[in-house]
Amino acid sequence: MTTQIVTANRLHDGLVVFRVGESWTQSLSEAQTYTPEEAAALVARIEAEEKTQVVGVYAVEIDDAKVPTKGRERIRALGPTVRPDISKQVEA
Amino acid sequence: MYRYDEFDAAIVRTRVEEFRDQVERRVSGELTEEQFRPLRLMNGVYLQLHAYMLRVAVPYGELSSTQMRKLAHIARTYDKGYGHFTTRQNIQFNWPTLVDIPKILDELAEVEMHAIQTSGNCIRNVTSDPYAGVAGDEVDDPRPWAEILRQWSTFHPEFTYLPRKFKIAISGGAEDRAAVRFHDIGLRVVRGEGGDIGFRVWVGGGMGRTPRVGREVRSFVPAADLMSYLEAILRVYNLYGRRDNKYKARIKILVDELGLARFIDEVEAEWQKSRASATPLPEEEIARIRAYFAPPPLASLQDNPAELAAARKADPAFDLWIKTNVFSHKVPGYAAVTVSLKPIGGIPGDVTADQMDMIADLADRFSQGQLRATKEQNLVLPYVRQDQLAALWRALDMQNLATANRGLVSDMIACPGLDYCALANARSIPIAQEISNRFADLRRQHDIGSLSLNISGCINACGHHHVGNIGILGVDKRGEEAYQLVLGGDAGEGDAAIGQITGPGFSAEGIVDATEKAVAVYLANRRDADESFIETYRRIGMAPFKEALYDAR
Ligand code: SF4
Repeated sequence: MTTQIVTANRLHDGLVVFRVGESWTQSLSEAQTYTPEEAAALVARIEAEEKTQVVGVYAVEIDDAKVPTKGRERIRALGPTVRPDISKQVEA
Repeated sequence: MYRYDEFDAAIVRTRVEEFRDQVERRVSGELTEEQFRPLRLMNGVYLQLHAYMLRVAVPYGELSSTQMRKLAHIARTYDKGYGHFTTRQNIQFNWPTLVDIPKILDELAEVEMHAIQTSGNCIRNVTSDPYAGVAGDEVDDPRPWAEILRQWSTFHPEFTYLPRKFKIAISGGAEDRAAVRFHDIGLRVVRGEGGDIGFRVWVGGGMGRTPRVGREVRSFVPAADLMSYLEAILRVYNLYGRRDNKYKARIKILVDELGLARFIDEVEAEWQKSRASATPLPEEEIARIRAYFAPPPLASLQDNPAELAAARKADPAFDLWIKTNVFSHKVPGYAAVTVSLKPIGGIPGDVTADQMDMIADLADRFSQGQLRATKEQNLVLPYVRQDQLAALWRALDMQNLATANRGLVSDMIACPGLDYCALANARSIPIAQEISNRFADLRRQHDIGSLSLNISGCINACGHHHVGNIGILGVDKRGEEAYQLVLGGDAGEGDAAIGQITGPGFSAEGIVDATEKAVAVYLANRRDADESFIETYRRIGMAPFKEALYDAR
């Protein structure tokens, strides 16, 4: 059974955010986890209701350490791997 | 340099106001994302992996020190303190917020810059030779022609909604330094039989998933007819180019599908029809634009001054830098200097705000306030006195901008790849850094000699991997980053070639070893130190490289 988080880019600044409760966080560790069904329903609801808050909402699979399983999603969540000074790669 | 007239200034200001309004309407919800996306793309704003990205146009790569200082200010104020020079002579900012972008565009307009024609299905920012106006082998300065093309193409109502993006490059030297055969239209300035200026024209070159070497459609178009002839090409493309399939929409596919002969017939027919009613480019207008590109006041000097020879002798590191990073100038006693944005282990094309300010100051002190961006992601100071090269070198070195590697293996082209780009399959930058570190010894690089190494993070080929003597392409192999090795590419017009894949791909570590092996095969097989990697490759073919790469595995 896979676990997912829900992510998007914030409309006004483009930064990557994760869903927590009825709001968003920039911190992967604070992201709320969902079952795939819950995540799918949430994505649909956000797409319908939060058009001026976020763009490109989707669900991402994570592992037990709450890190995205796909390399692309890890880099997206944590920032450029080549700029540790400005990214959140240290969190990983 | 070109200076805006009141029309240029007005259209840029109007465009900023229009975009400000569009951003406000998007944020308020009046515009949906679907409606807004094409509008932001018309203003150079992409949404990348981590944030918005703003691509700023540097028309034909020419920049003033004032503009460079403004870019530094933008990097510092609205971004994370750096920018990235691209393979299309533009600069990208990786972290602007959407709501700040109208302010950034205001600031850019103050120094006659903008982000128009840096994205979307229009005629993109025209690219050219970074040594335009200073190269000794020049038939004619390509910049006035590039500027004429810019004025003609900006907001051209007929060509704002083309089937796909459209790139034009123009070269004016005997050597092509603008990769003209890898553009939708490539132009070389040539002289006709009577000695008059005109253009040789290629169509349908390009990289991406279907790489093509541009095909010659006319050996001579008189200068006065440039606009009407290009209009004929674009009309044929606009009419027949495919809009149903994004992957088949570029003009290179149209040339493939129609066949070159039929394509040429269509263009000639269209041209004959429209040429009669078209106004040829007026002589006075050409002269007016040309005047903007008159050389700055230069001193009367001799080549190879005594100071230079003495400094070269005194410092081997300086001597090495002179060998690679200095390009001979048509004016005696001057040189065009490449500022390497490829420090060993660095990120190709990245430059900090402080470095930008320093480069602007050096341009003022040593190069008449002028700068160029190159498709190799470096900068050029085009008007440096040879007797001041040593002072310039010392100043650049303090900022880690004096790596003596232009045209060598560590002068890599690398796209942003998966570290930034939403379309990427794999990272490019860490591979570039690893290879750079592996070949860190500059003496070894100088021994290897001329070698272009280009890396793309996906098949879109922004890192020009198809035309690298060595090319590296990032692919996704069942969720893992993997890399294909490509050999034999060449961007120059005379020897234009698309590289061939060596065979099965490599892991991230494996590709660095594979690159080193390919270089070793070259070193073992070259006739002498004067035979470059690409010359050896052409002579011995792929087989010895394949053997070294795969047989021992
Ligand atoms: S080549 Fe691919 S990964 Fe690299 S910048 Fe272009 S689209 Fe992005």
